[in-house]
Amino acid sequence: MSVVFKNRLVRWIDHRMPIFSSLHHEMYEYPVPRNLNYLWNFGFLAGLMLIIMIVTGIVLAMHYTPNTTMAFESVERIMRDVNYGWIIRYIHMNGASMFFILVYIHIFRGMYYGSYKAPREILWMLGVVIFFLMIVTAFIGYVLPWGQMSYWGATVITNLFSAIPWVGEDIVTWLWGGFSVDNPTLNRFFALHYLLPFVILGVVFLHVIALHRFGSNNPLGIDMKRPQDSISFHPYYTIKDAFTIGLFLIFFCYFIFFNPNYLGHPDNYIPADPLVTPAHIVPEWYFLPFYAILRAIPSKLGGVLLMGGAIAILFVLPWLDRSPVRSGRFRPMFKWFFALFVINCFVLGYCGANPPEGHFILISRIATAYYFAYFIVILPLLSVLEKPKPLPASISESIYQPKNHLE
Amino acid sequence: MADKKPGKTEDNPEASRRDFLVLASGATAAVGIAAFAWPLIQQMNPASDVLALSSIEIDLSKIAVGQSITVKWRGKPVFIRHRTAEEINAAANVNLAELPDPQNDKERAKKPEWLVVVGICTHLGCVPSGQKVGENRGEHGGWYCPCHGSQYDTSGRIRKGPAPTNLPVPSYEFIKDNIIRIG
Ligand code: HEM
Ligand code: FES
Repeated sequence: MSVVFKNRLVRWIDHRMPIFSSLHHEMYEYPVPRNLNYLWNFGFLAGLMLIIMIVTGIVLAMHYTPNTTMAFESVERIMRDVNYGWIIRYIHMNGASMFFILVYIHIFRGMYYGSYKAPREILWMLGVVIFFLMIVTAFIGYVLPWGQMSYWGATVITNLFSAIPWVGEDIVTWLWGGFSVDNPTLNRFFALHYLLPFVILGVVFLHVIALHRFGSNNPLGIDMKRPQDSISFHPYYTIKDAFTIGLFLIFFCYFIFFNPNYLGHPDNYIPADPLVTPAHIVPEWYFLPFYAILRAIPSKLGGVLLMGGAIAILFVLPWLDRSPVRSGRFRPMFKWFFALFVINCFVLGYCGANPPEGHFILISRIATAYYFAYFIVILPLLSVLEKPKPLPASISESIYQPKNHLE
Repeated sequence: MADKKPGKTEDNPEASRRDFLVLASGATAAVGIAAFAWPLIQQMNPASDVLALSSIEIDLSKIAVGQSITVKWRGKPVFIRHRTAEEINAAANVNLAELPDPQNDKERAKKPEWLVVVGICTHLGCVPSGQKVGENRGEHGGWYCPCHGSQYDTSGRIRKGPAPTNLPVPSYEFIKDNIIRIG
């Protein structure tokens, strides 16, 4: 346990402020299940992405001007005149997409291996808070360049609040600071876009504190019971994480250097015009499933409520799934419903990208129904109906038994 | 092979494959971080549009003898003085050995009647007075810095006070008889 540092200054400081001991404890000797697969690398990558976003964001803020008359041009100036401005902006722009890719995989990982179950409910709920804050941050950030998509995206999303009975219109006016999306809106969005990532950072900190209370879950979903079940975080998982950082950066760089605008919309290179709405207005890809749910419902208030509910329901997931078995590996029925849930999210995304016409309406309604049924009907029923497969006695045993190994 | 321990130990004085991997990946990471840091540092240097504004042209024909104007170049004041014959003489007839920062007036003025200097005191950056008629020009008829009392002569050379060096002459050229380009 207690380490002795060689450096005397380190020892002197640590005696008064045990920061080095706690780092050593939480990032070196911290025991981690020895059987994690690569899906457990995405949390670390998401943390890296958060840092990259904060660093590039601060740099962009040094050149950006939050004023409707200058915002668009200040972004073009970053692209053309500021030294390396183009690469810094492309990192930040594509970084948002990368962040969502990583976090979506991270969430699906948790849902398949039952990482949300006791005793990790608070860890899970903090994750959902992070996810929600990321959505708000990304939406607000997209408004800042003040292109056509920025402006109309901001208009449509803020107008969602007008669906609230009685006070809806007042709330929208309050959000806007006026009678339409305009300079006051842009100015406050910039202030919030600067603030929220640091709030996320704080919640990530809590997320990690909660994680370290019981340690990571693992592909078997059973607890670590013996010393043989775990290995130390350093060097084993630091190296594994470093390896996936390399792979991830290659993927990220493809977009930055070869296809920087692939994930965006060309219309956002047209300056905002409050008098003309673009023909197809779609949100960024990471919002598409939720956008599809919004449009699937033929009622303004209903659509807004279901869209919000689609995220809110994640908060109570630990109490909807009552099955005592965590990992989907040992849940023969759950497995298939979960696979369908993942496919269903892609179907929703596909519908969200297309105009709400013809068969897309029907498909998005069915997909919306399945999305909610998964949480409200299927998981609670499976908790009762499903007969899980027998669990291995321990992590190390499942690894060392040659029979298990071969199958 | 199998009994060889990884790492450099007493039994195994050779650097191991693992040592090589640690060094190589550490070096790669260091290069990567440096490559990422470079744009983040460079973005704070003047941008292309700022650099594009870094030279200006000035028409001197409207400046009467004895008159001074101040123009803004790269955000700083530049003093242009159309010197009188006495001022030119005063600047030329100085014993260079007496000067804190010895420099011949000929090196400082491309044409004797025109003096072009950056109007920022070389002490701590105030703008000296003496451009307008009636302002304090100090004992040597050039400029007087109100901040800590530095005095400059009609060639913009430091004569008295805490400033260490002469007012700098920006790079400029006469692109026509009456027009100069600074920068
Ligand atoms: C900014 C975004 C996020 C960051 C930086 C982050 C960071 C991390 C890290 C470093 C880990 C440990 C490594 C791992 O197990 O992958 C972790 C675990 C976890 N995260 Fe996140 N996370 C984020 C978002 C989320 C979200 C949105 C959710 C769920 C809605 C979530 C749920 C979890 C859960 C349940 C675990 C424990 C997993 C397990 O032990 O099996 N996280 N997170
Ligand atoms: S700044 Fe001019 S004398 Fe100090």
